[in-house]
Amino acid sequence: MMAGAPLWPQQASQHARSVDLLIASFGAMVWLLTIPVFVLMAWFAIRYRRGRTVNREHSPQSNVWIEASWSLIPFVLTLFFYVWATKLFLDIQSPPPEAVPVNVIAKQWMWKFEHQSGAREINELHVPAGRPIRLVMTSQDVIHSLYVPALRIKQDVVPGRYTSLWFTADRPGRYPLRCAEFCGTDHSVMGGALIVMRPSDFSAWLAQHQDGGADATLAARGERLFRKVGCSGCHAARSAVHAPSLDDLYGKPVPLSDGTTRIADEQYLHDAIMLPNKEVAAGYRPIMPSYGNLLDASEVGALVAYMKDREGEDSE
Amino acid sequence: MSDAAIDTDAPDEAVVARSYLRAGHSLRSWLLTTDHKRIAILYLISITFFFMIGAGAAALIRLDLLTPQGDLLTNEGYNRAFSVHGIVMVWFFLIPSIPNVFGNFLIPLMIGARDMAFPRLNLLSWYIYMGSGLILLCVVFGGGVDTGWTFYTPLSSVYANGAVVAAIVAVFVSGFSSILTGLNFIVTIHKLRAPGMTWGRLPLFIWSHYATSVIFVLATPVLAITLLLVAAERLLGIGVFDPDLGGDPLLFQHLFWFYSHPAVYIMILPALGVVSELITAAAHKRIFGYWFVAYASIAIAVIGFFVWGHHMFVSGQSLYASAIFSLLSIAVAVPSAIKVYNWTATLYKGDIAIDAPLLFALSFIGLFVAGGLTGLMLAMLAIDVHVHDTYFVVAHFHYIMVGGSVTAFFGALHFWWPKITGRLYSEPLARIAAVIILVGFNVTFFPLFLMGYEGMPRRYHIYPPEFQLLQVIASGGAALLAVGYAMPLFYLGWSLVRGRRAPANPWGATGLEWTTSSPPPKHNFTRQPVVERGPYAYPLAHPASRDDG
Repeated sequence: MMAGAPLWPQQASQHARSVDLLIASFGAMVWLLTIPVFVLMAWFAIRYRRGRTVNREHSPQSNVWIEASWSLIPFVLTLFFYVWATKLFLDIQSPPPEAVPVNVIAKQWMWKFEHQSGAREINELHVPAGRPIRLVMTSQDVIHSLYVPALRIKQDVVPGRYTSLWFTADRPGRYPLRCAEFCGTDHSVMGGALIVMRPSDFSAWLAQHQDGGADATLAARGERLFRKVGCSGCHAARSAVHAPSLDDLYGKPVPLSDGTTRIADEQYLHDAIMLPNKEVAAGYRPIMPSYGNLLDASEVGALVAYMKDREGEDSE
Repeated sequence: MSDAAIDTDAPDEAVVARSYLRAGHSLRSWLLTTDHKRIAILYLISITFFFMIGAGAAALIRLDLLTPQGDLLTNEGYNRAFSVHGIVMVWFFLIPSIPNVFGNFLIPLMIGARDMAFPRLNLLSWYIYMGSGLILLCVVFGGGVDTGWTFYTPLSSVYANGAVVAAIVAVFVSGFSSILTGLNFIVTIHKLRAPGMTWGRLPLFIWSHYATSVIFVLATPVLAITLLLVAAERLLGIGVFDPDLGGDPLLFQHLFWFYSHPAVYIMILPALGVVSELITAAAHKRIFGYWFVAYASIAIAVIGFFVWGHHMFVSGQSLYASAIFSLLSIAVAVPSAIKVYNWTATLYKGDIAIDAPLLFALSFIGLFVAGGLTGLMLAMLAIDVHVHDTYFVVAHFHYIMVGGSVTAFFGALHFWWPKITGRLYSEPLARIAAVIILVGFNVTFFPLFLMGYEGMPRRYHIYPPEFQLLQVIASGGAALLAVGYAMPLFYLGWSLVRGRRAPANPWGATGLEWTTSSPPPKHNFTRQPVVERGPYAYPLAHPASRDDG
């Protein structure tokens, strides 16, 4: 038995409602400009069909004012919607500072989600309703794209770089989550669900889903890795090697040896670990070995969480 | 005596005997011809063949999508079907369709020339096209590729299965056919116009092909370089796009769309030119706003080079780049809208013959407007974030490329068929086919807009079951569309055998191609035409403005 799709997709955030209002309003304007053209075309074709006696005298050949008005009026009307759509787009590109980060790793053909608490899940993402969530995403192989239709958002997930996506889901429920960028054989089954929970339910869920291993949180896992893979050998405070300190680094500007400055965001920290000679901090020699073959995206995510946490410890 | 001669008398045997179709009957006389009209027919046959391959892949896709779990194909098989469908339809049907068939046939006739500027180069383009087509056939029947027609990296350069490099070589080689054809058109239009054929007297078909040729020559080399880099990365491990080798996967998208967005205009600009001819001939009236329509083609070609980033709003490209690409994409809609308004104004107070070519032209306008306006929605950043890579996009570009370009192709085929073959086809059957194509197309592709907005991603073999009803409707529409597309094969084919002989000017149209016999003699005109009027000097035209368009 075939089930029909609902006439309008679910809305799970304020942004979803805003996008729907935008497309409905723009659609209305578009119809308003189009229907007269279609009606006129049909009417002219019938009224002036060959063999019919009708006044065809003085048909106009060209008129600059008519041309200018039918070029410019729709364009100016459309510009109004351009401003509206661009403003909405800027909103979803600017996460609020209090947004809770969740690391996302895409690979053929699954989604891995890692919460700051250390909870890890595959193809399902649990989030609390009403709190802004920021997904920090990277891919281990090809380009994927995380798409939650009910939130009206998607973002490509690209190997070798971080992209991010933020949202505040406000209606508890289970919403489909799909891969939108063609990624190979099983692209169409690379999906799962976004599960929006009441905050109290979410806290309970988190408590039940701590990392089963040695680490209490993602940052703790990062700290263990920091020692295990040898970062601490050079970057610890009393190390004999001349390496930059990683305390209070995250989010701060880093002067580079080529004279430019980078903000130490996820992308910078990732590159510094995986491609250390790409951007060397000013005053240091390019002696750090690459961890490109040693660490996977999940481990880099844990290390980055640990470095963010060090900043937290210092400021307390 | 230059144009606007309305000659509806059937030709005598002497005219038929000296036509280009009778200038040699051997296979050799066709395969080694340098006559632009014969080369056009070689292209017509070959693109029809590739259209059938692409349509076969589409049929597999639509049959498979009847059920959510996809019972006909495997996941990999489905991916290969849509990859073949895209690659064949874009590079082996749509891009060469109107320019290489009708452009080739009509440009020398419309400007009063004996042939193209470089007749042998013209034949070479066809051989290059056939060579690339042969490579592609080896790919299709030797296992296929699963990259989609877009060859996104690092999927194509590292991870994909199948004959990726062979497919790339096929597309790479076919590009040279496009470049040579574009070059030939540009030189021909500049150098071989008949005495009196000023730029302001050129038919709009010529203007749109001129704009198309500029894109052919400027954009195609970028695609060639990009695809070579993909092949180099795949074969030799030279890191360009793969981040593991220090490359940047988004670089590929920038390069690819720098070609492929203008390529969309390669597919639609010739169609816009065709429709200008069809509308004026049916309305028996001068085009409204000749210069606006002519320069709109040039504007589309120019602005079309600066909108490629609208394919990348969710790729991770800079926010500011996205905002600017969005604005430019809205701007490129203006010249397209100008054309639609001018066509409508041309119909006003016309003397309109509602024949098959007009039905195709009106279908084109309706579908092109729907495709264009949904394109405008896609140019809006916040909307695109939701519907990017969904069926909404698939529906949008099929409205432009199939609803637009293919409908215009059929319009052109019906309008110039008597000129090309010297035969008349069954007008009632042609009208029925035009209506079936319009209905079949909308039933196939309109549901895709709904599915897209509801969150159905493209390139999904297995899909959520709530979409099944709309998928089944779309597949039903595709069957109807197939009937509409197959009908002309029969009644046009029949006309070749039993059709009445066509007069020189069955539509009473202006334009130099209608002043010579149907089919034209080998060198197009028995006497060098001299042009004294604009291209649409119909009796109804206002007498005060005879000299320009």
